[in-house]
Amino acid sequence: MADNKFDYYLDGKTAKWEVIIGLEVHAQVTSSAKLFSGSSTKFGSDPNSQVSLVDAAMPGMLPVINKFCIEQAVKTGLGLKAKINRFSKFDRKNYFYADLPQGYQISQFKFPIVGEGKIVLDMPYGTKVVGIERLHLEQDAGKSLHDQDPENSFVDLNRSGIALMEIVGKPDLRSPEEVGQYVKKLRSIMRYLNTCDGNMDEGSLRADVNVSVRKQGSQQLGTRCEIKNVNSIKFMQQAIEYEAKRQIDIIEDGGTINQETRLYDTKKNETRSMRSKEDAHDYRYFPDPDLLPLVLDSEFIENIKKTLPELPDEKKLRLMNDFGLSSYDASIIISEKDISDYYEDVAKNSDYKLAANWMIVELFGILNKEGKEIKDSPVSAVNLSKLINLIKNGTISGKIAKTVFEQMVQKNENPEVIIEKSGLKQQSDPKELEIIIDNIIKKNQDKVIEYKSGKIKLFSFFVGQAMKDTAGKGNPQLINNILSKKLK
Amino acid sequence: MSINKETVKKISKLSRIASNEEFENSMIKDLNSILKFVEQLNELNTSNTEPLSSVVDQKLYQRDDVEKKINEKKDILQNSPVKNENYFVVPKIIE
Amino acid sequence: MGEITKLTLVNLVSKIKSKEISALDACSDYVNRIVKSKKLNTFVTETLEQAISSAKKIDDNNLKEGILSGAPIAVKDLFCTKNVETTASSKILKGFVPTYESTVTSKLWERGAVLLGKLNCDEFAMGSSNETSAFGNVINPYKVNDENIVPGGSSGGCSAAVAADLTVATVGTDTGGSIRQPAAFTGIVGLKPTYGRCSRWGIVAFASSLDQAGPMTKNVSDCALMLDAISGFDEKDSTSANTKKEEFLKNLNRNIKGLKIGIPKEYIVDDMPKEIQDLWDKGISWMKESGAIIKDISLPHTKYALPTYYIIAPAEASSNLARYDGVRYGFRASGKDLNEMYENTRSLGFGNEVKRRIMIGTYVLSSGYYDAYYLKAQQVRRLIKNDFDLVFKDVDAILTPTAPSSAFKIGEKKDDPISMYLNDVFTVPINLAGLPAISIPAGFDKSGLPLGLQIIGKPFDEQTVLNSAYALEEKIGFKSQVKDWWM
Repeated sequence: MADNKFDYYLDGKTAKWEVIIGLEVHAQVTSSAKLFSGSSTKFGSDPNSQVSLVDAAMPGMLPVINKFCIEQAVKTGLGLKAKINRFSKFDRKNYFYADLPQGYQISQFKFPIVGEGKIVLDMPYGTKVVGIERLHLEQDAGKSLHDQDPENSFVDLNRSGIALMEIVGKPDLRSPEEVGQYVKKLRSIMRYLNTCDGNMDEGSLRADVNVSVRKQGSQQLGTRCEIKNVNSIKFMQQAIEYEAKRQIDIIEDGGTINQETRLYDTKKNETRSMRSKEDAHDYRYFPDPDLLPLVLDSEFIENIKKTLPELPDEKKLRLMNDFGLSSYDASIIISEKDISDYYEDVAKNSDYKLAANWMIVELFGILNKEGKEIKDSPVSAVNLSKLINLIKNGTISGKIAKTVFEQMVQKNENPEVIIEKSGLKQQSDPKELEIIIDNIIKKNQDKVIEYKSGKIKLFSFFVGQAMKDTAGKGNPQLINNILSKKLK
Repeated sequence: MSINKETVKKISKLSRIASNEEFENSMIKDLNSILKFVEQLNELNTSNTEPLSSVVDQKLYQRDDVEKKINEKKDILQNSPVKNENYFVVPKIIE
Repeated sequence: MGEITKLTLVNLVSKIKSKEISALDACSDYVNRIVKSKKLNTFVTETLEQAISSAKKIDDNNLKEGILSGAPIAVKDLFCTKNVETTASSKILKGFVPTYESTVTSKLWERGAVLLGKLNCDEFAMGSSNETSAFGNVINPYKVNDENIVPGGSSGGCSAAVAADLTVATVGTDTGGSIRQPAAFTGIVGLKPTYGRCSRWGIVAFASSLDQAGPMTKNVSDCALMLDAISGFDEKDSTSANTKKEEFLKNLNRNIKGLKIGIPKEYIVDDMPKEIQDLWDKGISWMKESGAIIKDISLPHTKYALPTYYIIAPAEASSNLARYDGVRYGFRASGKDLNEMYENTRSLGFGNEVKRRIMIGTYVLSSGYYDAYYLKAQQVRRLIKNDFDLVFKDVDAILTPTAPSSAFKIGEKKDDPISMYLNDVFTVPINLAGLPAISIPAGFDKSGLPLGLQIIGKPFDEQTVLNSAYALEEKIGFKSQVKDWWM
């Protein structure tokens, strides 16, 4: 299962092919109001109820920028270990569409707010560093509904003007699996920072996927196609697989790839060229004359740096160094801020490794089975922490703890209470155990002789008897110790 | 650089202005005369000149992240030539 | 009957405040003139009944606090007025009724003025003669040999209305000269404030980095009062200047002794009509008489201002007018799909000059041409601004003619866009540099048509501009020669 080498190469008719992928991720900024207007950004509201005059591009309307959205972009840039550009400008990207009331989108073209950065991925074959080209702020568009009426489309501008961060990754990804990890890591970083909630079903996070192929070993980049607006990791991965094969087939049949924009059809699992096949959009970018350049002073950036929470990569290192967790366990714990918060609540009062183990194996087992997120965990961190302490201090065995845990899942009861009520306390009194063990030894003298003469396997017989005689509650460690002493 | 029919057709498309023979011919004439007029800027050497995009010399005003509800749905939809209770209505868009 | 409408704004407001005249009488007199002046076609929308009832309310409740109490004012149909149709003189906005009021006009009503209606202009402010309006030409109240003359543009309805006493004062907009040139053509005062002095919020945008609202009035004092009313920082406009509040009328005076007035040699254009040169020379003498010091200056890049403007303004306009697509307001044509609907709507909804400018604007921004045209124009714009920054180290204001000719006949320049654009040769550099400038009526040409002189000032130094104009105005002693021939 643990592959040590990267091996995502596709078999063509004539050669093995490598897939090159670059993502442009659009992440909705977590903020109360929109980027250039004061309307609410809440998801799922009554259509056209969160639309101001500016969002609707009424005559004479002008944009005024939201200070907090700037902070969120800088924060995200810092989380991506990227260069924050102190000077940036807003440009108009001009095109016509029903969900774009101004007839242009306010974006950043020449001078984005954030420059180059990187994201580190933990792959089975090692760490992979994926480059970030830039991050810029822009307006989101509204939504058009095409399936409500046979002749018409309906336009809802609630989303029009919400702040987006466009995060352009370098074409460093080489497999659907890497793409999945990239999106998860990016999402996780933004959730840690609280700059984007990463909710792909609500459209807070979407990606345009650029795919090209080349023969394994080649250094040239092939012509890429852009698959627009994919809103789930699974679809991204499926789209990439389809598109890579499509391109390989074309090239091997002697054709060339047309650089074009495509859509992923989730039902047919294929990509197709977009109908609006007119000549490539000429966006005629020019600086927006309604806005002035954005100039950030270093104090502003420093203040944001100071407020940054611990990011996943740093937390992972700390969990490994200070908490002694394995790289694997640490990766799982840091994968979501909610998980790492839960872990730290558990671990602050109990054994680090046991805490990690219990979360990853037992707790996640339950959560997965019930389709729950950790924020809806039936067992609180406090109680799990108590359970672990009860194991650690010998009150119960690990085996008994599992039974107790099952009961905790039912109603998040304090394990101490459960143990009291069910009398599941471990038998850890050495004197008591000695008596029981002495008894067993007395009753099984023949086995004792056999053991002493070399049949060491019989040790487990004695352990088993001791467990039986303690109704399963005997402290295994103590039993072992006492037996070892007495059977010498 | 001069404008021909093909360019006029392309620009019309980009500007979403319907064009016909008459329009194209008049545009070719007018646009070429304007372009000829503006060509005199090439007399100037501006290779070391910073472009000027705004005459305002102050910091970009930034507002607080406060939600403001200024108008109701009916105000926003009010002036639309074709609408229903909830949406702006446009001819079908096929992607 | 005719008396009240001949009063200046300052005098009218003073008499209304002192109850010598009622707001209702003032309003009624203007209304009476307006209904008899349809021939001039200055109004797109009249709000006469509402004006009367607002005036009554001012009298009944004795609301005489505002600095414009009871002043009956019509405004250019480029300002969005709440619940009053706003068309930008275009078919594409016919029927558009804003649910909001522009900042500038809000200030007028807050200070006690009443709205008489919306004044005709060139469509989307694009023009220099008010011949591109979808609602017909405006006729200049000055006539020559029974021929109809243009009132200038784009604020032609504004200038004609003030000159014909159909409004006591008005606000227009100036992107390349659209306040100053029509003011010169009709013998009134027109001021374009420094870019950023007045808010652009709620004004139908033409060229965002050039547009500026400004007063058009019977005299300089009125102009100062109007500027007091409409200027000020607006946080809803990111290009609004955050400068201190000033009191232009209070500080208005004629003392310009020692003021250094620059005379730019590059404004002496080829084929400059002798009358314009003579008027300029007279202006220089009047300045000297007032104690000002005349200095010859050079603005070397002057001749490049028009071509620069005719790249930048259409480029910004092509983007600003993209929102007029028939979806959310205004006129919509039918189409079998969305793109066809857009194309038909905009083709039928926009007039030829607007389409011309959108096409040029789209072209100069398009891929492959951006650097050669738009970027180049922005670089030259900086050179033009630098010229002014440099001379303003030596002079306090600049004196030039406002326009290269007096008003021309309707239809005379319609077929040649370049010839029309040349009207703006003296006014356009000022917009590119963002400076304040005023046009005051300074005389007549041999046909009896008014001629104007322009005074240009340093950024945010409207006070000096107004004071110089105030001093000159006294020396000039201009008297309107408008006869009510259309009534």
